[in-house]
Amino acid sequence: MARDDVKTGYKLIGTRPNRPDGLDKVTGRARYGADFSLPGMLHAAVVRSPHAHARIVKIDASKALALDGVKAVVTRADLPTGLTGEDLNLQDNTLAGERALYDGHAVAAVAATSALLAQDAARLIEVTYEVLPHVTDVDAAMAPGAPVIREGVADFSVPEGMHGNVARYMEFGHGDVEAGFAAADIVREHTYKTEATHQGYIEPHACVGQMGEDGRGEMWVCTQGHWYIRRMSAAVLGIDAANLRVTPSEIGGGFGGKTTIFMEPLSLALSRKAGGRPVKLVMSRSEVLRATGPTASASMDVKLGMKSDGTITAGQVYFRMQGGAFPGMSPIGEALPCAFACYDIPALKHEAVEVIANRPKAAAYRAPGSPMAAFAVESLVDEMCRELKLDPIAVRLKNGATNGSKSSYGPVYNVIGLKETLEAAKDHLNYTVPLGPNQGRGVASGFWFNHGGETSVTLAVGEDGTATVMIGTPDIGGSRASIGLMVAETLGIPYENVRVNVVETGALGVNEPTHGSRATFASGKAAVEAARHAMTEMCRRAAADWGIDPEAVEWKDGAAHPAGPNAGKFPPMTIGEIGSKMGSTGGPISGHHEVTAEGVGASFGTHVVDVEVDPETGRTTILRYLVVQDAGTAIHPAYVEGQYQGGAAQGIGWALNEEYVYGADGRLQNPIFLDYRVPVASDLPMIDTVIIEVPNPGHPYGVRGVGETGITPPLPAVASAIAGATGARIRSLPCSPPKVLAAIMAARA
Amino acid sequence: MSKIHVSTIVNGDPVEFLANPRETLLDALRNQLDLTGTKEGCGTGDCGACSVVVDGTLVCSCLMLAAEANGKKVETIEGMAGEELHPLQRKFIEHAALQCGYCTPGILVAAKALLERNPDPTDTEVRYWLAGNLCRCTGYDKIIRAVQDAAAEMRGAA
Amino acid sequence: MRYHTPTSFADAAVIAAAATGTLRFLAGGTDVLVQMRAGVVQPDDLIDLKHIPGVDEIEQTPDGGWKIGIAVPGIVLGAHDALVRDWPGVVEGMNLVGSTQVQGRATLAGNLCNGSPAADSVPGLIAAGATVTVTGPNGSREVPVEQVPAGPGRTNLAKGEVVSRITLPPRGKNGGDCYLRFIPRTEMDIAVVGCAVSLRLDGDRIVEARVALGAVAPTVILSDAAAKAIIGTTLDDAALAALTKAAQAEAKPISDKRGTKEFRIEVAGVLARRAAKIAYDRAKGLTK
Repeated sequence: MARDDVKTGYKLIGTRPNRPDGLDKVTGRARYGADFSLPGMLHAAVVRSPHAHARIVKIDASKALALDGVKAVVTRADLPTGLTGEDLNLQDNTLAGERALYDGHAVAAVAATSALLAQDAARLIEVTYEVLPHVTDVDAAMAPGAPVIREGVADFSVPEGMHGNVARYMEFGHGDVEAGFAAADIVREHTYKTEATHQGYIEPHACVGQMGEDGRGEMWVCTQGHWYIRRMSAAVLGIDAANLRVTPSEIGGGFGGKTTIFMEPLSLALSRKAGGRPVKLVMSRSEVLRATGPTASASMDVKLGMKSDGTITAGQVYFRMQGGAFPGMSPIGEALPCAFACYDIPALKHEAVEVIANRPKAAAYRAPGSPMAAFAVESLVDEMCRELKLDPIAVRLKNGATNGSKSSYGPVYNVIGLKETLEAAKDHLNYTVPLGPNQGRGVASGFWFNHGGETSVTLAVGEDGTATVMIGTPDIGGSRASIGLMVAETLGIPYENVRVNVVETGALGVNEPTHGSRATFASGKAAVEAARHAMTEMCRRAAADWGIDPEAVEWKDGAAHPAGPNAGKFPPMTIGEIGSKMGSTGGPISGHHEVTAEGVGASFGTHVVDVEVDPETGRTTILRYLVVQDAGTAIHPAYVEGQYQGGAAQGIGWALNEEYVYGADGRLQNPIFLDYRVPVASDLPMIDTVIIEVPNPGHPYGVRGVGETGITPPLPAVASAIAGATGARIRSLPCSPPKVLAAIMAARA
Repeated sequence: MSKIHVSTIVNGDPVEFLANPRETLLDALRNQLDLTGTKEGCGTGDCGACSVVVDGTLVCSCLMLAAEANGKKVETIEGMAGEELHPLQRKFIEHAALQCGYCTPGILVAAKALLERNPDPTDTEVRYWLAGNLCRCTGYDKIIRAVQDAAAEMRGAA
Repeated sequence: MRYHTPTSFADAAVIAAAATGTLRFLAGGTDVLVQMRAGVVQPDDLIDLKHIPGVDEIEQTPDGGWKIGIAVPGIVLGAHDALVRDWPGVVEGMNLVGSTQVQGRATLAGNLCNGSPAADSVPGLIAAGATVTVTGPNGSREVPVEQVPAGPGRTNLAKGEVVSRITLPPRGKNGGDCYLRFIPRTEMDIAVVGCAVSLRLDGDRIVEARVALGAVAPTVILSDAAAKAIIGTTLDDAALAALTKAAQAEAKPISDKRGTKEFRIEVAGVLARRAAKIAYDRAKGLTK
């Protein structure tokens, strides 16, 4: 619940109206990626490498092409050459070139008159491989003797002498770390590991692409960002982005994984080869898990110095992260700044390397890098709190970042709500419930920067006094509702009179995807500005009608009013009246706003979890779970809570059972939901939430962005609760029962 | 490969189509009958997005051949609302029990089947009944609340 | 793929015997369709057994045993009060297979013939002393359930043979059974270890017992040693310790994505102990 001590005076913001897309989504009418069809449409299937690393000697599609109904086969030879940098990486990932770089890497694609026929045809495409040595583990990939899987992958940042699989190196810090450790009463250092996990959206990637002889194309696709899809697909196909029109479908979850392309250009390439017939391409779940972006796996050294009163004197981290077979995909650039973002510590040293390995090209996953970093740092903070018998919330309050602190990564925090989340967690009933045998409690804080980015919004005033808002950020979790609320609040009209539509690439300027928790922040900010722009014009129309100066007109409660007694006595002119007459008062009225949105406010959160561990099997049950997080302002509190709860559930999955399991052959062992174990309904308790509202001064309504921080604290919080319940500290996720039981037995022995 | 003539009742309407013997009921619903409200999330019976009711029994339509539906009655999400929404549908909107909404049709079909068997389930019973319906967005909290609120309303207790 | 809908097991056996390519039987379909979807199996002939009269029936025999049709889904077994009263362990094993949706389709016969060492319903059937009727082109024979699996994904059925019925013996007086499995989540997982115990008491003393272990060997194990550890005892601490040790000694698991060898051995003992206690209490009539 929103705190009642924050006085907003808002009419609509903070209320919980029905979302506009709710009806379509509860009736099955909402159209997702695979729900779109066109006349004459073909269906495609992709041939994928069964090897972790192999030279592609030969591709023979003759048997497939001989089947009646098979219309086109595309291999790398059909794509243009000469690409460089990330464009080349995208093309290499869309279809393997000389080598397949991971189990599941696409090698060829085929289009046919039915999906079953396309799958049969794909099985008939014969690929001859020469299997090469592979490596999939992050530490193994940079160990002496590991096969170098791509030559020349290191960029300028990599110091001499590092392994050939190291692609990037980063370091930064401040203060005298050695002096800090010397001043500490205890200094502890451990290595922590997290396995790769997948975003696990329930909707597999799907698109319909059509491209004719003129090289112009259209695509309908489930994505978090259709301008990204357009730019990346155009790059892979060697065409101008302007030749592509991309329309986003409703999206069945993304969590960062649908901000890039994986197979989408293949639908266009196949369509072009099949005489311009539209081609539908839908991934299976196994394809999603094998060949779309999971997150990075990480191996992390952390060292902390602490005084016996809990003062942290210095910290040091060295992170090794692998993000698949392509450079630039592991989130070291986010993980390092997140590592100590919750703290104000006088001396810090950060160091990280990115390593490539024979795994799929990683993609963003909810607060990329932050959960791993939090697992390492927050676990060690907890270990030292337990050792010194200090309250973990008190230690965080003592060392926590606050307004005006210089952040661990440089900038000074303006107004942040970390301490408010800690205080609220401390005061919450969940923090004082007595624990029984085999039960333990874990606490951790988390952080995400949040993001602004390129944003373009148009608002059109209707003849009936409604407002239609066109946004370019696909709605993953209710952002049409939150943006509608802000626009309605701004215009002073009912929420029901605002329609928010996510529109295609041809309808707006460039928009970045829905990523970085930016949709409600940036599209919301631009929508508010677009509404203000329209209000200015509506005031001008009223002024012209009244024959007074536009500056003498003000907008409130959905109508133009004379600004004061000197402006003249006119009855308010409502948006409906202005809209109904606009054809004769100067034409249609729209508001626009284009901006690279700045003023983001970081969101901090603190979680408290209680677990019970079966001491004979190592199985962990989550008894109760509390999320406290600063939303800035909760525009639609129900969807803010939803983000908190969803983030916590994903973090719990990462902590307990989710992991990519590779065999000695380099093949993914668990590419179905049976064995890639996301939390099911019976695994979880109700997830309690407390919304803290410390408004962000950089947003007209104080929004911070709430989507990502919530996945960060569960990893260390759950592991710390297990340590509390068992005395056994798990420093390598997931805390799967075999690992926990082995640790319990080792602790007993 | 000869096709099989399938005659079935879907949401009360008699329908006939020719099925490839390998075609699943899910694919036939979506591709032949244009009932795209039933979703595929996994194709292996692990996610429940394709839940439908066949002759009164809740099943995954991805785990059933279209040919097996011959002579049977199939109920999908498209048949759930009459002139008014089913209370479950209404409560899911009111409780914000959906985010992306992709799992929602399957969960609604499954929850309706539960409440028809057990009008007053405990939270634990709801959670175990829905364990085969994965939701990755919500953490299930609001789903459980929406199901319970709908159940209370349907019992006349709300 | 040819889709067959025979109306007798004799006809099914004839079709199966004549099949030259890849053949699969379809009962609940919850394994076969997954394999087809994944491209692991592309049957040339698929024989749907659900058009055979009686396959969806549960019937009590005059001696008090049970005959269960091969297409009876888990949800129907679970709703059969008299069967659940007699063989709660058998039914709870079946009811642990997959989700509610899977329960609407999945069958004992399919779970058995899929040949998974981790099949949840099989230890319960073996502990109960269940048999299956196997029908082939030359007639039918009765086979103990433990003799059906041959290894992961394989059975000892000959070409043309099909399981046509499952028979549970009469429960009789003072008996109880139980199946427990270990999975990392609460639902939806394949058993990492499974254990079923069926026993009979004379007063407080166990006079008969069968213990079956799942997912710790290529096939479900019927463990004489584990049974001997508790026969003649009142399931006191010494008996439980002996049972734990015997079950652990019997387990010959591998390490895989679902669990390590050491974990499986340890937990096999834990589950045997816990299952025996529940079966004992059920035999005493203390719990359902």
